[in-house]
Amino acid sequence: MPAKQTYKFSIPHLRILDQDGKVNKKLDPGLSDEVLITLYRRMVLAREADQRMLRLQRQGRLGTFSPSTGQEAAACGPALAMEESDWLVPAFRELGALLMRGVPLHRVLLFWGGFEEGNIFPGVERTLPIAVIVASQIPHAAGVAYTMKYRREPSAVLCFFGDGATSEGDFHEGLNFASVWKAPVVFICQNNQWAISTPLERQMNSETVAQKAVAYGIPGIRVDGNDPLAMYAATHEALERARAGEGPTLIEALTYRLMMHTTADDPSKYRSDEEVQAWKDRDPLRRMRRLLDSRKLWSDTEEEALLAQVKVQIDGEVKIYEQGVRAKPDVLFDHVWAERYPEIEEQRAAFLARQQGGETHG
Amino acid sequence: MARMNMVQAINLALHEEMKRDENVIVMGQDVGVNEGVFRVTAGLYKEFGERRVIDTPLAESGILGTAVGMALAGLRPVAEMQFSGFSYLMMGHLEGHCSRYRSRTHGHLTVPLVVRMPYGGGVRALEHHSESREAMFAHIPGIKVVIPSGPRNARALLTAAIRDADTVVFMEPKRSYRAFREEVPEESEVWPIGKARVVQEGTDLTLVSWGAMLRMALEAAGEAHARRGVSVEIIDLLSISPMDTETILDSVKKTGRCVIAQEAPLRLGPASEIIARINDKALLYLEAPVGRVGSYDVVTPYFGREQAYFPGVDSVRRAIDETLDF
Repeated sequence: MPAKQTYKFSIPHLRILDQDGKVNKKLDPGLSDEVLITLYRRMVLAREADQRMLRLQRQGRLGTFSPSTGQEAAACGPALAMEESDWLVPAFRELGALLMRGVPLHRVLLFWGGFEEGNIFPGVERTLPIAVIVASQIPHAAGVAYTMKYRREPSAVLCFFGDGATSEGDFHEGLNFASVWKAPVVFICQNNQWAISTPLERQMNSETVAQKAVAYGIPGIRVDGNDPLAMYAATHEALERARAGEGPTLIEALTYRLMMHTTADDPSKYRSDEEVQAWKDRDPLRRMRRLLDSRKLWSDTEEEALLAQVKVQIDGEVKIYEQGVRAKPDVLFDHVWAERYPEIEEQRAAFLARQQGGETHG
Repeated sequence: MARMNMVQAINLALHEEMKRDENVIVMGQDVGVNEGVFRVTAGLYKEFGERRVIDTPLAESGILGTAVGMALAGLRPVAEMQFSGFSYLMMGHLEGHCSRYRSRTHGHLTVPLVVRMPYGGGVRALEHHSESREAMFAHIPGIKVVIPSGPRNARALLTAAIRDADTVVFMEPKRSYRAFREEVPEESEVWPIGKARVVQEGTDLTLVSWGAMLRMALEAAGEAHARRGVSVEIIDLLSISPMDTETILDSVKKTGRCVIAQEAPLRLGPASEIIARINDKALLYLEAPVGRVGSYDVVTPYFGREQAYFPGVDSVRRAIDETLDF
């Protein structure tokens, strides 16, 4: 059928730091040596914390959780681009971003350890807790962004989700609302190519996630998600656009989940060792280390010192976590509504009476 | 005092609250320029502009989802679902987030918003426009479910809902929108959510109802009084969750007989919950089993058959007789 072309699009791909640690000079965001070192340290902290959590889970000291090993660049790069006054709206695989916002590790441990206290971040503003329902946080981010615009605040929202989330209606609705409202929000899809056992090609028929932005009339870019400099640069630019009133951006971070979806599944059931190995070779930490080495900013001694320091830090956080929470047993009755109502208070009284009598609810 | 119908009373509350607090915003499909399909949002767009009266894209989950974000960031959104029959697409946010945020953060993050929706049958409307699903919403902990029965309480309870610290599902019986007028006070009123009202005192039988059924309950009680001199105490439940058990129990302990009239299907509905609470606390005061009136537990038929489906004055009257004659 002969037809005129009405709209053409192309999707840019951004990589700044290659696998050998070489920087594309034309695209270099020009981060100072000090900032580069900080970024590397944060990525190492996220990796080491993740691996510790895995051991804690295997030892029965932590509940089911979703490891983020391999995705440190995709979480830490964007977090580095944030202002304190920006909002972070996470999914559940952005440990590095949460830590960079100042969320103490023990809070994250409490979340995965089965306590609501893991959603309370004292002193950390504008950081929403982990969202478990896939894609549900995307419209939340659009709503927070609308509020920033409504109040004429020069702040933006950074919202994370995975490739599986792009199939959800809330992905479409969130991006659609945000783009219609020109709301200041940056959407980052951590495309780690697996939604539990569902590979990307069964998730979508599109060539890229980034091209979905075209449907909303907003910029979309695919970024090497294991390249922290590219993730920083793309996010930085998108946040600036957002704060300047130019609306949302969709960033696809092409990365890979090196571990299981959560500690409750066995990836060997659905993907090959060869595939995993190929992505281990593209480890974002290694790439960052090579950059630091090439600029003579790092040494094995410093690496050892960092690992030792990170271990002490994590040990301390695990200790706080394992001291448990100090809340009265009937706290679960405290926050149903702001006001207290007889129907809940009666159940509380019955609960406390049973507790005093040494009975359990079960 | 001014005489007005329920649409005007709800509109009044929206005007007053938007004037009082600039964090209050109204959002939904066709709520702005078109002033709502029932004209509930009339005049708001003109007065407050498109930033505060948002004509949203057509997506119920998106409406509630973005409203959740706004509420988390400090606004007080009043989101309209055009009809309750379309609202189920937003249940994920209601159950997954509105209900949980306060509890999961021990009060650090909360979702103070209102979801307004016209619901219920009796207006010969299209498919999906006639259901009463308050039980579905009320089953979710951490949200509130409010149903006004007339203009005055609609205005007072919507005002309370907008000022409430938690998510309130505000279900508007559309059969009552323009069915009658009532005096509504000049000054803003705030009625407490979670409190029922005794709208007619009586000694022989307690009749609990809400929404559009309340008018039918009043009529049936009047008829029963005229016919057999029975004195019926009528309670307007107003709030499905939290539910005011105390007012019901006080009345039942006095009368010893109770009928509950709801428009919703019977199975697992609010009436079932009320009966359970009476059983827990007032069983020995009862002279007869609690009577229950409601729709059949079948799929809501098209409006050509809706008269066969919805309970009315006759079914309430029958239940009153059966309970008295037990």
